[in-house]
Amino acid sequence: MWEYTDKVKDHFFNPRNVGEIEDADGVGEVGSLACGDALRLTFKLDKNGRIKEAKFKTFGCASAIATSSVLTEMIKGMTLDEAAKVTNKDIADYLGGLPEQKMHCSVMGREALEAAIENYRGGGKKKRELEGNVVCTCFGVTDKEIERVIRENNLTTVEQVTNYSKAGGGCGGCKGEIEKIIQRVQGDKIKQVPVSVPRRGERLTNIQKIQLIQQTINEQIRPPLRADGGDIELVDVEGNKVVVAFRGMCAQCKLADVTMKDVVEAKLREFVSKDLYVEEIKDSGQ
Amino acid sequence: METIYFDNNATSKVAEEVLEEMKPFFCELYGNPSSMHTFGGRVGRNIQKAREQVADLLGCDPGEIMFTSCGTESDNAAIRGTLAAMPQKRKVITTRVEHPAVLSVCRELQNHGYTVVELGVDKQGRLDIADLEENLDDDTALVTIMFANNETGVMFPIEKIAKLVTDKGVVFHTDAVQAVGKIPLNLSKSNIDLLSLSGHKLHGPKGVGVLYVRKGTRLSPFMLGGHQEAGRRAGTENVPGIVGLGKACELAAKNIKEENSKVKYLRDKLEDAILKSCPDSRVNGDRKNRLPNTTNISFEFIEGEAILLMLDKFGICASSGSACTSGSLEPSHVLRAMGVPFTAAHGSIRFSLSRYNTEDEVDYTIEIMPGIVNRLRELSPFVERAAF
Repeated sequence: MWEYTDKVKDHFFNPRNVGEIEDADGVGEVGSLACGDALRLTFKLDKNGRIKEAKFKTFGCASAIATSSVLTEMIKGMTLDEAAKVTNKDIADYLGGLPEQKMHCSVMGREALEAAIENYRGGGKKKRELEGNVVCTCFGVTDKEIERVIRENNLTTVEQVTNYSKAGGGCGGCKGEIEKIIQRVQGDKIKQVPVSVPRRGERLTNIQKIQLIQQTINEQIRPPLRADGGDIELVDVEGNKVVVAFRGMCAQCKLADVTMKDVVEAKLREFVSKDLYVEEIKDSGQ
Repeated sequence: METIYFDNNATSKVAEEVLEEMKPFFCELYGNPSSMHTFGGRVGRNIQKAREQVADLLGCDPGEIMFTSCGTESDNAAIRGTLAAMPQKRKVITTRVEHPAVLSVCRELQNHGYTVVELGVDKQGRLDIADLEENLDDDTALVTIMFANNETGVMFPIEKIAKLVTDKGVVFHTDAVQAVGKIPLNLSKSNIDLLSLSGHKLHGPKGVGVLYVRKGTRLSPFMLGGHQEAGRRAGTENVPGIVGLGKACELAAKNIKEENSKVKYLRDKLEDAILKSCPDSRVNGDRKNRLPNTTNISFEFIEGEAILLMLDKFGICASSGSACTSGSLEPSHVLRAMGVPFTAAHGSIRFSLSRYNTEDEVDYTIEIMPGIVNRLRELSPFVERAAF
């Protein structure tokens, strides 16, 4: 059961401004049936350019409905410039907060509002252009949108980005990409969580080392690669050099070099020995 | 406001008789059944009685009953224990609609070099037996297929599957957590090797389960320690839980007719009335081969969590396969495996009844359901104004 505030429950059970304004000045539509939530926002301006009336129709869970309802209340009386400044955080705060996993509902509200304003300013242009490149193909989220939720909500983990934008919440294949966007946007702001130094046994014999490398690949490295449709194979170990080959999707992946350093080498150093380095063989086993 | 509990596939009420049976085992008969003194020995006799009660319901020998801590443990013990006992075989066959207690274990095995085949289902949630037959080979160690689906109630032809699998010399496990107590079983005449059940799904307590292990089935122990459960499952017995589960099984054997008459009648009445009064609704799953207590209904254009919250306001407990309730952002893996369109999967509601439900409760739900559905559809941008 989600912990909803009384305000969320109130706006869910008694939604305000349900419906559609027939001769609306601005119409904003976001989301889809497939994604699990969708919102159509319409507004009408008075002669001073302030929002006189706003209405919504929403398909989605309780927090999606409450967010839409509260949004129509919030923007009434605002000029479009004022409305354009409303952030998803403002909406969530107005509701007394939303569960972390439901923050994407507030982002959907902000996006619908923006789409409606754009629609008005663009002279009734129907479809909203996607800005940036799609990162999460499951939910159609672009890098620009991800950057924005990171910045506006000061997010530092992939999990948070998923909660706020849904990106990464489907197949999970774009989680690495999201991680990089977080690093790009937040840079030094990401807290370096102190990690305890892994405890390693005494000197390993060659056989023990190879077994431990294989085990680490099986348990720590292969599962996330598999999730992306790829795979990895241990080819050889020569001293501290670990030779591996990428398979499946990883073999063609442009990010393979990054995966190599950030994932494979890092994990092997964490779990086996800090002296290890990894090299990739491109053509073996083909 | 009275609670109307239609979520019995999630968990069920502990029968009063079960609770009474358990009570003495906390402050009076608290001995350890492994102890040498008479005091502990008395407790041991009660465990034996519970073992017999469970065996009676399943139609097997009490020695084939191994108590565990829950259905999930039984599934883990069955799968891992079987594979550990035959390390030379590296293939497991299961289905895409299994409970996570089976599916997650199987998927994890892939990381250890196992080949895992997940059989698909058709739109009604039915398996293709020929598909299973094709996949059975000499390398197959285990086939694990659920008896009845927790989300839709759809039952697989388990006896037929068990025969096919065991004829090929492959071990067959079934997660029967939802079926036991609702479907009559006679394991002595069956080909099932391993069967999981859980106490709290049949009006027993939480924290206790059973793995039925057919005599002669090779199973490596999963929990190591003491010699409890004939060395197959170490750990001091959950005595009150085991005693309670025994009683619950005895009651289930008595009530199984009622499950298939009264409960089925109530389920059918609820389902038929909702389908009739709510346009654009449909049942998910094969209605002919289904548990008598479960219905899974999809309402187009509206979202499951919103429906649940509305129902909750009226004191009605149900569950949903929508993304918003699954803990992930995607709807139920069962409905997706069945090819239920996203539009319908997001708006799916499961009602699962028990013998404690009354006709008044069903009538009340029938009365309020159309109002909830219409109200949410008025909010939905996908319903055209003309429809209402």
